[in-house]
This record gives sequence, structure tokens and C-alpha cells, in this order.
Amino acid sequence: MSDIPKMVEIKRIQKETKNIRTFFLDTAINSAPGQFLMAWLPGIDEKPFGVSFKAPELGITVEQKGKFTEELFFLKEGDKIGIRGPYGNGFDTEGVKTACLVAGGVGVAPINALAIELKQKGVEVKIILGARSQDHLSLSESLLQCGELYITTDDGSMGEKGFTTNKLRALLKDEKFDKIYTCGPEVMMIEVMKIADSNGIEMEASLERYMRCGTGVCGACSINGIMVCKDGPVFNSGQLKKLTELGKWARSKSGKKVTLDDYCRGKC
Amino acid sequence: MVEKLAELKVDYAGVKFRNPTVLVSGVLGTDAATLKMVAKRGAGAVTMKSIGPEERAGHNNPTIVATEHFMHNAVGLPTPGYKNLGDKWEALKGRDFPLIASVFARSVEEHAVVAEEVASHKPDLIEINLSCPNVKGLGHAFGTDPEVAGKIVEGVKKVSGKVPVIAKLTPNTHRLVEVGKACEEAGADGLVAINTLGGMMINIDARRPVLHNKFGGVSGPAIKPVAVKSIYQLYANCKIPILGMGGIINGEDAIELMMAGASAVGIGTAVHYRGIEVFELVIKEMNDWMDKNNVKKVSELVGAAHE
Ligand SMILES: Cc1cc2nc3c(=O)[nH]c(=O)nc-3n(C[C@H](O)[C@H](O)[C@H](O)COP(=O)(O)OP(=O)(O)OC[C@H]3O[C@@H](n4cnc5c(N)ncnc54)[C@H](O)[C@@H]3O)c2cc1C
Ligand SMILES: Cc1cc2nc3c(=O)[nH]c(=O)nc-3n(C[C@H](O)[C@H](O)[C@H](O)COP(=O)(O)O)c2cc1C
Ligand code: FES
Repeated sequence: MSDIPKMVEIKRIQKETKNIRTFFLDTAINSAPGQFLMAWLPGIDEKPFGVSFKAPELGITVEQKGKFTEELFFLKEGDKIGIRGPYGNGFDTEGVKTACLVAGGVGVAPINALAIELKQKGVEVKIILGARSQDHLSLSESLLQCGELYITTDDGSMGEKGFTTNKLRALLKDEKFDKIYTCGPEVMMIEVMKIADSNGIEMEASLERYMRCGTGVCGACSINGIMVCKDGPVFNSGQLKKLTELGKWARSKSGKKVTLDDYCRGKC
Repeated sequence: MVEKLAELKVDYAGVKFRNPTVLVSGVLGTDAATLKMVAKRGAGAVTMKSIGPEERAGHNNPTIVATEHFMHNAVGLPTPGYKNLGDKWEALKGRDFPLIASVFARSVEEHAVVAEEVASHKPDLIEINLSCPNVKGLGHAFGTDPEVAGKIVEGVKKVSGKVPVIAKLTPNTHRLVEVGKACEEAGADGLVAINTLGGMMINIDARRPVLHNKFGGVSGPAIKPVAVKSIYQLYANCKIPILGMGGIINGEDAIELMMAGASAVGIGTAVHYRGIEVFELVIKEMNDWMDKNNVKKVSELVGAAHE
């Protein structure tokens, strides 16, 4: 397929919270959980979003952050956006019979697609969904259909007060999983990796870096010479351990090496 | 590595490459780790993403799109700026592969300012990007005016010390050969041709240009004939060696550009079609062709299509 945006209609918009919406698109794209699309608003910008629903309707779940997502939130059902993809590798689910999914904030998007697929495959799934507050929690209804769901919020506005990682530690006291999957803030994912390691459990995490081409050509999304868009965005703990920039450095739009903190605060 | 029968080493502008393939500027050259990775995966030399006078974010997306025939880009020369590259240079010290540093600037004089600092980090070659067609007020006018191009080369040569200087040309001019000759006369140690061809794509359903910048540069298979002709004409009119690029996908394309007159060959867009493995693949395909045709040294192919 060509790597140029194709215009598709927004069929349905689902308000998840004040800041988060799921856009269901009038198109079918065969994607694996963990893969992402580049979504285009002509004249504005084009940005990467993980597929949160593959079928019956293709969905992306978006948190409003800056200019692009603000413009996207102005759109109504029937309006069109451009998409290209899917890109990236996706999660590896082979041989997995029991899984724990740890999602932080809008990192829940690809985790939702994964939970749906695991459930269809008959995998026993437990999901820990966490966010700063209730306003940042989304897709819990969909996740409830896929397995046992635990909710945590930093401020206690919903579910248990605390971090997803505390819940994961608690669960692991008397449970074992074939694999742990995670997507969310990088610091959280690193913590999940450490916990998985110390319990001898395989894990995979989905990373984010600034993206342009999405196809491994421009080098914008490099982390230690690995292209997050093509070699990732999903990496296993063996791969993650080799990434010395993980949790520390990212590259801004100009290509300048900046701290992950500055990158996440949008100083790029 | 697959070096078998044929001798693949080349000498370009006084620098030895273990094989003729070169990673072009703007593809995968953003950080030291990627450059090292590409060298490890077979490239004979690698080029850094063009370095500019100050930090630039580049254009919004879409900046890079592709069809099966070509790639279309207007990335907009993002650069941390020459003063913000300390970590990259540091990580490239003690490398075991030739490094080409690409530079661009906004005025004749500024090229020397950027190049002087860049030269202090001792890349193996400095490539002046005289040609980027995608940024207003940058490059384009430099690469289409022989006099201006010559002045830029002259200025950079004064500050580059022992580092050879090569000039990267745009095909978006009828004065390509004149520009090439002007660079040669001004002391350039080599030429690089070609940069992307100016173009535009419109999404008919959106009724809008596809690239955020509206206009962009076309690269990949569709531009190979333009590259071959440009290299052929430059070879016929200039003595300094040419790093040829534009549309190379496989080993036979690379050989075609060498027969037109290229001493070494750049590979960029092919990374999109064949992945980072493309360097190993092209080298193997060149080798196979040479074995079959009893060519012992790759240097024998340079300019072979000229009478
Ligand atoms: C593989 C991948 C999957 C993603 N999936 C989702 C998702 O499912 N839902 C969701 O809400 N968000 C997702 N994101 C993040 C999303 O792309 C950004 O939130 C969005 O680009 C913000 O744009 P903005 O203009 O609204 O905000 P801005 O203020 O421009 O950016 C906010 C932050 O988003 C990040 N960002 C901005 N532009 C880009 C870009 N071109 N590439 C990568 N990151 C960028 C930066 O960290 C920036 O600090 C994903 C990112 C990646 C890399
Ligand atoms: C995404 C992309 C970015 C590029 N950026 C630069 C650049 O920063 N400086 C430059 O001199 N050329 C740049 N180019 C041009 C290439 O270096 C090369 O001259 C051209 O793409 C032709 O070779 P190809 O067909 O093998 O890609 C870029 C090309 C592409 C596709
Ligand atoms: S976004 Fe271009 S290489 Fe990843």
C-alpha cells in the first residue's frame, strides 16, 4: 500500500472523558494490536495514534494535549481526516495463555486493542488501568469485557488511590502471568519492566518518540539507533535493557537531544 | 560482508570507502547511533543530516510520503544547529568508517561559519548542501547560480583545513553543469548529484496539497533517469569525482550511476523500500553482476558509458 494519507469519514465519536475521545473511522484496516496510524488534518499536521479498536469499526482514542488534538476535537461525525498505516510491529502474543496488561493514561489505546484480541484468543487477561485522575481514565467499559479490571488513580478520584505499579506488585504476590504488556508514561513502563524482571516474567512495552515518516526512513524517532516507528513501537525487556536513552533522552522536532522530561512537557 | 571476487574499495575525493555505497543526507542520519548502525550494516560511508546555522524544527507533517514509484518530502531542514551537536560529535569519535558532514546556511558567508565549526570536529568530508529545494530562502538560489555556488565553495575551502569539501547539486536548474564547473574551479574536491527534484502532490479527496509545505522534493526510482543524465553530463565536463545518487534501489541501479560517472553511490529512499538491509543487498547485487561480467574492480565501472 502507498504511504500517502487516504481521506476517511469519522463515523462516530465516543466521548470517554472531558479530555479523551474515541474516533471511529469508516474504513477497514487490518492491523495488529500495538500498531499505529498517522492521522492527518489538512493544513494542520499529521500525528501518530495507536489503533484502539480494530473491528467492527477502526478506532483511535485521543487525549487532547496541544494544537493538533485540539483541532481534531473540533471535528464532528461525518467530517473527514486522512490516515495512513498501519505502522510498527505490534505486540507479540504467541504462546501466551495468561497476561497482565498495565495501561497508564491514554496509553490505554493500544492496550485496549490488545485486550480485545487476547480475549478472542481465549487468553486469561487481567488489566490494570491507571491515570492521574478520573478525567484521564478511558475505555474501562471496553476493558471490562475482556478480563478482570483494576483501576488506580493518583488522586483516588476513581478506583484505588495509587500507581498501577503498586497494584501490579500486589497482584504478583500470589499470581503468575506468561507475559506483562504495558503502555503509558515511560517512567511507569520502566518500573513495570523492573517488576516483571524481578518476577522472571516476560514483558513488552510500547514507546513514543517524535515521528515524521513512520516508515523507518527519516531517523526522527531514533532511540539508540533503533527506529521506534518501524523496529517498534513495541519492545521486549531484552531490547529495552539495551536502550540507554530509555527514560532519559528523546529527540525534539529539530533533532536536538533533550531530556525525556522536556520532551514530554512539549518543549519540542 | 560479502566481498568475494571483485574489489569493491573506492577512493572518493581522497577518502577511502570500503565499498561504493553511501548513506545520503537526510535519511537515518539524525544521531550517532543510527550512523554507526548503518555503517555496521554495510554502508561504505555515511552522511549526517544537514547541519544548519541555528536550531530549526522543520515543517509540520506530512513531511514524508511515498508511493511505489517515488518518495516526496519537505522535511524543512530540521537541525539542532551547529552549536548543539556536541554529543553527536563526541559519540562519533574513534569511528571506523568515513563520515560526511552535510552543512547548509542562509548566506554565502554563513556557510563558512558553519563549516569552520564542523571542520573542527574532523569529519572525513564536508558536503555543502547547495541545493535543498524545500525551504524558502535556503539553498535553492545558491545551487542554481554558478557564481554564488563558487563563492560558497571558496569560502568553505578557506576554513575547512585538511577536510575535503564536496558540493551537493540540485537538478532543479538548466545550469547544472555550469554550477558543477564553478564549484570545481572554486576548489571543490568532489561533487554530489543529485538532490531531490521539485514537485507537488494533491490529495483530491481533501482538495489540498499532501505535504504541509505544499511543495517538496521527489526522490526514489522515478528520478533515476534524471540522476543518470546529470551525473553523465557532470562527468563529461568536470574532473573532480562525483558521488552519484538518485533512485538507486538495487545493485544494477548503482552500477548504472557509476557507468554514468559516479565514483561512489548514495542510497536514501531505498531504505524505505528495502529497509536498512539495503546496503548489504546492493553490495551483494553489485558483486554478483561484476562476477558474472568478469569485472575485477568496481572502479573500472566509473564512467564506463562514456566513449
Ligand atoms: C506510536 C505512537 C502512538 C501514539 N498513540 C497515541 C494514542 O493512541 N492516543 C493519544 O492520545 N496519543 C497517542 N500518541 C501521542 C500523540 O501522537 C501526541 O499526543 C499528539 O501528537 C499530540 O499532538 P498535539 O499537537 O495535540 O500536542 P503537542 O503539544 O504538539 O504535543 C504534545 C506531546 O505529544 C508528543 N508529540 C507531538 N507531536 C508528535 C509526533 N509527530 N510524533 C510523536 N509524538 C508527538 C510530544 O511528546 C509532545 O510533547 C502516540 C504517539 C506515538 C509516537
Ligand atoms: C526524507 C529525505 C530527507 C532529505 N534530507 C536531505 C538533507 O537534509 N540534505 C540533503 O542534502 N539532502 C537531503 N535529501 C536528499 C537526499 O540526500 C538525496 O539527494 C535524494 O533523496 C536522492 O537520492 P535517493 O533517490 O536515493 O533518495 C533528503 C531526501 C529524503 C528522501
Ligand atoms: S518517524 Fe521517520 S524513522 Fe521513525
